[in-house]
Amino acid sequence: MDISFSLLGNAIVSGLLLGGFYAAVTIGISISFGMLDIVNIAHPAFIILGSYGAYFANSQLGVDPIVASLVLTPAFYLLGAGIYEVYHRSFERRGDASMRGLAFFFGLLFITEVVLVLVFGVDYRLVRAIYIGPSLHFGEIEVPLRLLVPAVASLAMIGGLYLFLSRSFIGRAIQAVAQDQGALRLMAADPVRIKRIAFALSIATASVGGAILIVIQPVEPSLGREYIGRVFAIAVLGGLGSFAGTVVAAMVLGIMESLTATFYGPSWSPAVAFGFLLLALAVKPSGMFGR
Amino acid sequence: MRGKHFLLAAVAVAALVFGAARLVNNGYVFFAGYVVLQYVVLATAWNILGGYTGYVNFGTAGFFALAAYTTVALEKLTPLPLPVVMLAGGLVSGLLGLGMGYLTLRLRGAFFSIATLAMAVVAQTFMVNWSFVGGSSGAFAIRPPRTALFGIDYIQYLFLLMLGLAVLVIVVARLIERSRLGDGFAAIRDDELAAEASGVPTLRLKLLATALSGAFMGMAGAPLPYYVTYLDPPSAFSLAYAANTIAMPLIGGTASWPGPLVGALLIATMQQVATVTISSAVNLLIVGLMLVAFVIAAPYGIIGWFGIGRPDRRRGRKRAVPKLRERDA
Repeated sequence: MDISFSLLGNAIVSGLLLGGFYAAVTIGISISFGMLDIVNIAHPAFIILGSYGAYFANSQLGVDPIVASLVLTPAFYLLGAGIYEVYHRSFERRGDASMRGLAFFFGLLFITEVVLVLVFGVDYRLVRAIYIGPSLHFGEIEVPLRLLVPAVASLAMIGGLYLFLSRSFIGRAIQAVAQDQGALRLMAADPVRIKRIAFALSIATASVGGAILIVIQPVEPSLGREYIGRVFAIAVLGGLGSFAGTVVAAMVLGIMESLTATFYGPSWSPAVAFGFLLLALAVKPSGMFGR
Repeated sequence: MRGKHFLLAAVAVAALVFGAARLVNNGYVFFAGYVVLQYVVLATAWNILGGYTGYVNFGTAGFFALAAYTTVALEKLTPLPLPVVMLAGGLVSGLLGLGMGYLTLRLRGAFFSIATLAMAVVAQTFMVNWSFVGGSSGAFAIRPPRTALFGIDYIQYLFLLMLGLAVLVIVVARLIERSRLGDGFAAIRDDELAAEASGVPTLRLKLLATALSGAFMGMAGAPLPYYVTYLDPPSAFSLAYAANTIAMPLIGGTASWPGPLVGALLIATMQQVATVTISSAVNLLIVGLMLVAFVIAAPYGIIGWFGIGRPDRRRGRKRAVPKLRERDA
């Protein structure tokens, strides 16, 4: 087989950068599914909503998409808090979270997608920014800025979240609620309030994740579906709730997809993620690092 | 009503439906009716797994479209009568259900649901890349104007087959509800850990439910190429199938067979009207909103309003054992 070194090197570098981006879209799932046990399958739809938020700010006001998404995070935070309130009252408190809770999020996914279709149409949308286009060159390795900037933004966001979760009182309470709600109550912290904050944070990350997504590729309303398998595969393999695990798993998947796209053609890359997920569920559902 | 009487009654109702449709004698009635019946089958099949055992399948489109593609592949290989093709499609999707279930049903329910969603996308990717069945450009299926035997109009023939399948799936669903199998399914849904501890073979029952549910979805999907005459991956694997199939039982009520039937008749008929009068995007939005509204406000669905399937009335029994914690993965 004729595999040229530069082709392989480029595939691995872009896979790593792609992985950095995947970590940003997955981190919300790591919080909601991994820590709070809320199976938010609508998360990718909120990411697409984030993309359209960035698109709107970029095309109407000319703001940088990633800056715009940071400005929009409070709105997403409130949306997340509202959704958690409904979820908690309707399903969690009734002890009926499994089937109807899943159907609820599926409904949200579907509604978000259809609303985006009705408002923006089914055409692909893209954004303009100075870092879209140029590349850095290191010998034969090419590093496109449109992949590098998102990867850096993603890792910065995850690093910030990590600091928040490990240093602040609320952050530690969020980690505690994942382990033992009863004990948290004994510490005079309200588990429902803590979970609402955590879930709202997970939705807030979708704003930034969405902006990063639309920097990397053009977006249309149903694109989120392709990411459902990816984000859950990464979240499961990363060991549900572990940030470091999520980043590593995201990069492994990024490299695998990038290699597949380079050597077999991009039409196979969705199957890589889903094959990865099925394999993960069948062989090691506790993730690469276990829990 | 005894099983035999119920079967006779169901066949009689089906005969009446077909007779009435013939009486109207308008091609559109058969075209629209076929879709409604297809959703009756899909919703009831979904409910065999989702409603009875509590495992949510998001992959309806995968099971459904895989069988449709089986039809396309078979048509290229050898001409077979449509009922045989439907059985083949059912077999393929049933086996798919069995395989999926074997891989993921030992885990928590959420993993199974995510995996079904993933499966639909994998299946779609394979069909896009498999040029024998048309690949991404799609495949044409030639619908004969009339059947070889009896010379009935082909659309009426498709309608009749789907009607027969709807009767079959409803009779099977009702049989399950009233058998020991149904009790086993209900035990899994109510408390899987307690069921396992009481000697219910939970994995085997779950696999059976998944295979049966998948097989019926497949049988509903097999005639699709002849109905649409042009099949391409995005339309065959459309998320609308999955969304409708989940919404219908949850809106109608998941506890018993009338739930998915009522839900499917109501939603599918509404969609047939709304697609013509408003737009298809708006009617999908309505379905999504109804789904969310019902799961929040009316957890027992429409049949729950008539007292079917509410937990306090079901067979006059109350839960004897307090619910144990859900098993961790």
